[in-house]
Amino acid sequence: MSETQEYTPTIIKAEELDPKFKYKLSKMPGAEKLMLCFQCGTCTADCPISRFSDFYRPRKIARMVQLGLKDRLLSDDALWLCSTCFTCVDHCPQGVEIAGIVRVLRNLTVREKGVMPIVFKELASNILRTGYVYQIPESRHKRREMQGLPTLPKPNLEDVKKMFRITGSSGILETVQTFDKVKS
Amino acid sequence: MPGLRYLLFLGCVIPYRLSSYEISARKVLEKLGVELVEMPEFNCCGFPMDPINHDLMLTLATRNLCLAEKQNLNILTLCNGCFSILNETNKMLEGDKELREKTNGYLKEIGMEFKGTIKVKHLVHVLAEDVGFEKIKDAVKNPLTNLHVAQHGGCHIVRPAKYLGHGDDPENPTMLKNLVRLTGAECLNYMDETECCGNPIIGVNEDVPFQMAREKLGHVKAVKAQALITVCPFCHMMYDLNQPRIERNFNEKFGIPVLHYTQLLGLAMGFPPEELVLNELRVKPAELLSQIS
Ligand code: SF4
Ligand code: SF4
Repeated sequence: MSETQEYTPTIIKAEELDPKFKYKLSKMPGAEKLMLCFQCGTCTADCPISRFSDFYRPRKIARMVQLGLKDRLLSDDALWLCSTCFTCVDHCPQGVEIAGIVRVLRNLTVREKGVMPIVFKELASNILRTGYVYQIPESRHKRREMQGLPTLPKPNLEDVKKMFRITGSSGILETVQTFDKVKS
Repeated sequence: MPGLRYLLFLGCVIPYRLSSYEISARKVLEKLGVELVEMPEFNCCGFPMDPINHDLMLTLATRNLCLAEKQNLNILTLCNGCFSILNETNKMLEGDKELREKTNGYLKEIGMEFKGTIKVKHLVHVLAEDVGFEKIKDAVKNPLTNLHVAQHGGCHIVRPAKYLGHGDDPENPTMLKNLVRLTGAECLNYMDETECCGNPIIGVNEDVPFQMAREKLGHVKAVKAQALITVCPFCHMMYDLNQPRIERNFNEKFGIPVLHYTQLLGLAMGFPPEELVLNELRVKPAELLSQIS
């Protein structure tokens, strides 16, 4: 774990910083309070993922956002390690919603970099095809009948397709680059 | 709105792999006088899409809310993920005019409009708040006084606190504990009860969730709980389905059966174990069952 690693300070070059990034982000639902972070570290201390990961640190994410390290943030796979337990959101003394900021950053990674973990592409395709996030096999439907369970509600696939299209998700799924696992 | 009548939002993962939860829930709810209306049609609640597109999540979720509004029924979910996304969306749209207009703009394209006329409840809230402890107590014919168990309620029925509005304390939730106690079983305290199961990231990383689950199972074992009780399919899979792998990976033995709360309550209400589909659990509850018959 990280205690045993030697500390090497990160070198940040001025040209990496996007000073407008934090203003842009703070207009997005979930990230509004990002400027209020005063780096107390409560989020990292209470984050269950940080305890087992060498890379995932919510406090650092908040600081990087404030500094405008956009490219580093959007190319950091560790973003996908947040388990959305919302402990940080409930504990932050400043009301910063770290989980919301992480979600905004993930959405941006998909939109601007055209990248996402492969699992999300699979889940999205399942929804598009079947309305359900996991494709329910025919055997399951038969089994339900045998078990006396009601038939599963049918999806309205036309509406599902439309919802993907109008929220700008169908195009992305066709062109998105994917990666498999994230190291912790 | 009618008393104990709800639109059942089953979600995707329960019909996909955990019919034991659905079957046991339907059994106990029926006996408790809760009427479940099936969804007229369905799409995923939206939870899995939030990481890639927040607006897509909002639209998928709100469409389901609109279906419930049309029936004038409150939603009952068995899944923490569905509960949290539907409830949060419902509350966000109620309180934020701008967001509501934006979302309704999307929904217009499919001929729907969010009005904010229904509530979203998780099974736990329906049992604790609507059915009520007295009625459940009366239905317990076979109190499980020999059992001592632990519970894991999961994050998404208590956090983030600002959207919950169900009066449970996220730092020290008691709703599920009290429901467990109604079955006659002792509900044990253990270390880090509110710790997340880790399942939401299992698609991108297995190491961290497995370490989290190992720790949880260790804490549950340390207090000698005979079972772990859950109310979410994701938490359940993490601790039951994955338990043998966790045991292998860490070379540790847990052998802790993980029951859906509705199975525990069902046993206390006198349903035979087969009817509650206890045989479908990965970690077999044979020893536990021998204590109660
Ligand atoms: S808990 Fe809040 S204020 Fe403290 S470091 Fe985290 S985001 Fe910043
Ligand atoms: S929501 Fe994400 S960042 Fe916050 S505590 Fe949970 S895992 Fe950590």
